[in-house]
Amino acid sequence: MTIVHYWRAMWGIVGRELWRFVTQRERFISALVRPLVWLFVFAAGFRAALGLAISPPYETYILYEVYITPGLCGMIQLFNGMQSSLSMVYDREMGSMRILMVSPLPRWFLLLSKLFAGVGVSILQVYVFLGIAWCDDIHAPWQGYLWALPALMLSGLMLGALGLLLSSFIKQLENFAGVMNFVIFPMFFMSTALYPLWKLKESSALLHNLAQYNPFSQAVELIRFALYGQMAQYAFIYTLVAFTVFMAIAILGYNPSKGMMSRKGGG
Amino acid sequence: MKKMLLSGLLLTMSATVTAETVFVTLEKDNALAIVDPVGGKLLKTVPVGQRPRGIAISPDNKVLYVATSDENTIKIIDSETLKELGRLPSGDDPETFALNPAGDKLYVSNEDDSMVTVIDIAKKQAIKQIKVGVEPEGITVSPDNRWLVSASETTNMVHWIDTKNHEISENTLVDPRPRAATFTADSQQLWVTSEMAGTLMVLDVNTKQIIKTIKFEATGVTSDKIQPVGIAIDKERRRGYVALGPANRVAVVNAQTFEVEKMLLVGSRVWNLAFSPDQKRLYTTNGVSNDLSIIDLENMAVTKSVGVGTYPWGVAVKP
Repeated sequence: MTIVHYWRAMWGIVGRELWRFVTQRERFISALVRPLVWLFVFAAGFRAALGLAISPPYETYILYEVYITPGLCGMIQLFNGMQSSLSMVYDREMGSMRILMVSPLPRWFLLLSKLFAGVGVSILQVYVFLGIAWCDDIHAPWQGYLWALPALMLSGLMLGALGLLLSSFIKQLENFAGVMNFVIFPMFFMSTALYPLWKLKESSALLHNLAQYNPFSQAVELIRFALYGQMAQYAFIYTLVAFTVFMAIAILGYNPSKGMMSRKGGG
Repeated sequence: MKKMLLSGLLLTMSATVTAETVFVTLEKDNALAIVDPVGGKLLKTVPVGQRPRGIAISPDNKVLYVATSDENTIKIIDSETLKELGRLPSGDDPETFALNPAGDKLYVSNEDDSMVTVIDIAKKQAIKQIKVGVEPEGITVSPDNRWLVSASETTNMVHWIDTKNHEISENTLVDPRPRAATFTADSQQLWVTSEMAGTLMVLDVNTKQIIKTIKFEATGVTSDKIQPVGIAIDKERRRGYVALGPANRVAVVNAQTFEVEKMLLVGSRVWNLAFSPDQKRLYTTNGVSNDLSIIDLENMAVTKSVGVGTYPWGVAVKP
């Protein structure tokens, strides 16, 4: 097995995902509409509700729209991670997964390629979203847009790995609604995407703790600080560890001899 | 190498020394906050007297004048050493005052007595008291030293006082509760804010009539919270900036078309404004959130809010 094989396989997977994304214009638009509705409708309604206090990385007072922008970047990646997991289940049902899995390359590499493909798509979506937000006067320092790239890669990998992990557990496409209810919504709402931690603490200590240890919160904080040219070390380590753990379980989950696949009767 | 390092160090040191200094009166802390606006940090706080409010710097930047309201005086303070050099007889409860362009006379609003006191700084004497409307507050002198304008909050008037004889020569009725008044650098216009109507009025100095009234609105802010106070207009009369009090915003007004170009979010209850000497930054005192916001005027963005102490009121900048 040479490096060319690896490259060809990865490019095949990433290219397929990108091609699918570009050709499915509806998917592209719907992926953007969701955070934009939150930004222009939800944030506008809550503009006055969020109390004033300066917390890092911000150095002055900000509008609510500015606060939730990194959270919505996270949201794009969260949904994208789930979308890829959905497409994995779909692929499995349609049989194209079988073609992928019989490739002589190691399984972890195939899964990782699948993951990179999803992350690439999500980063593309995030930058388009940030561009639209920029037109609405939501500006971060220009260096921040560069620093956000590595942060988005890591957060995308972590959320994508979570998606892979879930897809290894989901038996049928129909079960995806359960994932929405039990994973996406709690993860999104119990996080720092919509409200800062100190605000959550005011209402409930439990909610504050849940949000603090929610890996999605840490991913959002990583993006938030990066957008302002700062490195959130704790969030970085937390996200990295979460990624490693999710990825390891996902690889195990896709292992036919040990994981979930055997119980489900193979891909 | 050592030499290079040393000269580099000296250069950075001299840079910090030559950078402008911002002085903020702290009404509740009875102190003066000294802020480095470039580094964005509070350098120190020094006691200055009871309830300091109005503040101004002399044209030569050597002395600061601080109205310590509860001591019924205006203190003269050395802007380098911050030592008190003397006191001026301001009359009761001084709050706002204005210096003339030469820096030899100071005009004080005496809110409770409905008077404007004229002080000769060199003699440290009150040379005249001018009867004006009820509750005079905003006060300013035109850059050409032709007019002294006093705005009476309850009479809803601006009084045009001739600086030669210190007599009121004309009055203009304005929107309710006029708070602050500022001339444009060419002395052709007078801008006056109305706290109650939420407006900015532009008056023509020749006719003494209002030529434009701008009503402020901000998305997500109820109109009762829009209470315009402090005004700052740039030298070229390109833009004027108005502090909107509890709306927590500074309105950016195009000084040619009188359109509101932008609303900048700053701290709570923003009252007074001051430019940096190069007019590239604007500083705002935020009374309730206890900080000073720094606005980058080139990018029209608030870059930082620096905690300064309790109830920051007035602001003066030394180059």
